[in-house]
Amino acid sequence: MSKQHINIDDIPIESLELVDVRADDAEKITRPSLSFWKDVWMRFRKNKLALSGVVLLILLLFMAIFGPMMTPYNYYENNLEAVNEAPSAEHWFGTDNLGRDLFTRVWEGARISLFIGFSAAVIDLFIGVIWGGIAGFRGGRLDEIMMRAADILWAVPYLLLVILLMVVLEPGLTTMIIAMTITGWINMARIVRGQVLQLKNQEFVLASQTLGAKTNRIMNKHLIPNTMGPILITMTLTIPNAIFTEAFLSYLGLGVPAPLASWGTMASEGLPAMRYFPWRLFFPATFISLTIFAFNVIGDGLRDALDPKLRK
Amino acid sequence: MFIYILKRLFFMIISLLVIVTATFGLMRAAPGGPFTGEKELPPAIQANLNAFYGLDQPWYKQYFDYLVSIAQWDFGPSFTYKGQTVNDLINNGFPVSFYLGMEAILVAVAVGILLGTIAALKHNEWQDYGAMIIAVLGISVPSFIIASVFQYFLAMKLGLFPVARWDSFMHSVLPALALATTPMAFIARLTRSSMLEVLSNDYIRTAKSKGLSKNVIILRHTIRNALLPVVSYMGPLISAILTGSFIIEKIFGIPGLGMHFVTSITNRDYTTIMGVTVFFSILLLVSILLVDIAYGLIDPRIQIAGKKGD
Repeated sequence: MSKQHINIDDIPIESLELVDVRADDAEKITRPSLSFWKDVWMRFRKNKLALSGVVLLILLLFMAIFGPMMTPYNYYENNLEAVNEAPSAEHWFGTDNLGRDLFTRVWEGARISLFIGFSAAVIDLFIGVIWGGIAGFRGGRLDEIMMRAADILWAVPYLLLVILLMVVLEPGLTTMIIAMTITGWINMARIVRGQVLQLKNQEFVLASQTLGAKTNRIMNKHLIPNTMGPILITMTLTIPNAIFTEAFLSYLGLGVPAPLASWGTMASEGLPAMRYFPWRLFFPATFISLTIFAFNVIGDGLRDALDPKLRK
Repeated sequence: MFIYILKRLFFMIISLLVIVTATFGLMRAAPGGPFTGEKELPPAIQANLNAFYGLDQPWYKQYFDYLVSIAQWDFGPSFTYKGQTVNDLINNGFPVSFYLGMEAILVAVAVGILLGTIAALKHNEWQDYGAMIIAVLGISVPSFIIASVFQYFLAMKLGLFPVARWDSFMHSVLPALALATTPMAFIARLTRSSMLEVLSNDYIRTAKSKGLSKNVIILRHTIRNALLPVVSYMGPLISAILTGSFIIEKIFGIPGLGMHFVTSITNRDYTTIMGVTVFFSILLLVSILLVDIAYGLIDPRIQIAGKKGD
């Protein structure tokens, strides 16, 4: 060992090269920094199916807005000289038993069905976040009471309650949305509560509290933004559920009143005519299915993209 | 365990009370009394009818009577089916619905698990994509559309099955399939994702390195554990089958309770709607409780009641 020992002073100074090392280089981040949502988007983008869901949804929204303007017809006017016509250059999707243009009605129906879906999701979000947020953040006795109340309401069978309400209350869009949200918010409340419970004991909340932040600020700035992922997933899965329920209620004769057209009412009107005028069922049924499909794959894609376990 | 069941029973009864109260309140809020017909009844008859059905009593008395009669399994008279009670409807219709529902549950569970298992074992191969396409379709297409498509192609065009009615086993095949599609799709997805999770566990690798055959690994080590989420889906499954039956029974003309319920909705037969709703709610709550208890018994990781009485 000692034989091979080289004295540092023996090395000629010319053979050494000066390397430009700076102290802060060690801290340098070589990969571009990504915010959480950028990261989510990167993973979401790789999911072809979810992406096709987004494209499909954009197309559907576009047609819901502009579709009814593309034809000279409107959704309520009868034309008894053009009853049950097959799709043609004049009526792109054909006409129904009152001679109403199905293309116009399908996109009017898209407006109604999507409106029901989005309103139900937004109302669920609103009530659910407040209820779940308070229960989770306060904890203790209040949490126990609030969640027990939610549990009891949760046990009430959803569709039965909706049917009951629709039978007794005046039929219409508002009634339908109320009926759907009366127990629909509980799912959201449970998810938000679970997240808040998990987050509220973490150090960044403690730090914020130490800095003197009020409950409101902690809620709005720290807790709720961090639960956005699960909230978003729940919302994307609430919307198809609401559209589904609407179709179901319409089939039972509890849908939006005539002459309003929702996809559900159109499909249930088209059902008995399936043998002779299949297009009357085909178009609304296809678009209900496509919409539910789009939301489902987007929801699945979001769930995968937001799951930290799948992170690379 | 015992304390847990008692606790669950207690909350179940509160939930039922909420349902009964809601139905009672809604029944009273419903526009028009049961005897407001086109013909004006003489006041004496009106008063007699009201007295017969207890409608002349104050509301709290009526509410109390309603609670008592439901506790005695009496769901009241039907307003449109003359001379029939809601109990008669349940006794006639429920066995049919039960048979159909059981068949659908069997199909949904068996096919769903099979599809999900195949998809997981052939992860990212064509079998996986095929199974998942079927599953996504099953979730996206409303059951009444599936039912009509089956009826149109398999019964009318190909003549493989009878179109409607309820006489033999062949009559039950199409409705059971249509009823099973959506839950089957859910079960397939559930099985697939939980199989994939289980397959990535270390103990599966251990089993492989021990030299166990593929079949043993799949049957003994994977499916058993992967099926737990499917068991927990049984509650929602029962409620999906039940509400699905409203539409399917109507489309196929099956004289089950679901069809009676839909007819009573169309007829605005309030007492039947309320009675059947309460009956369905009891049915659902009890079966979900049973499923939860079964789940606790199956899953060794869940200890329902802590030793300190939870």
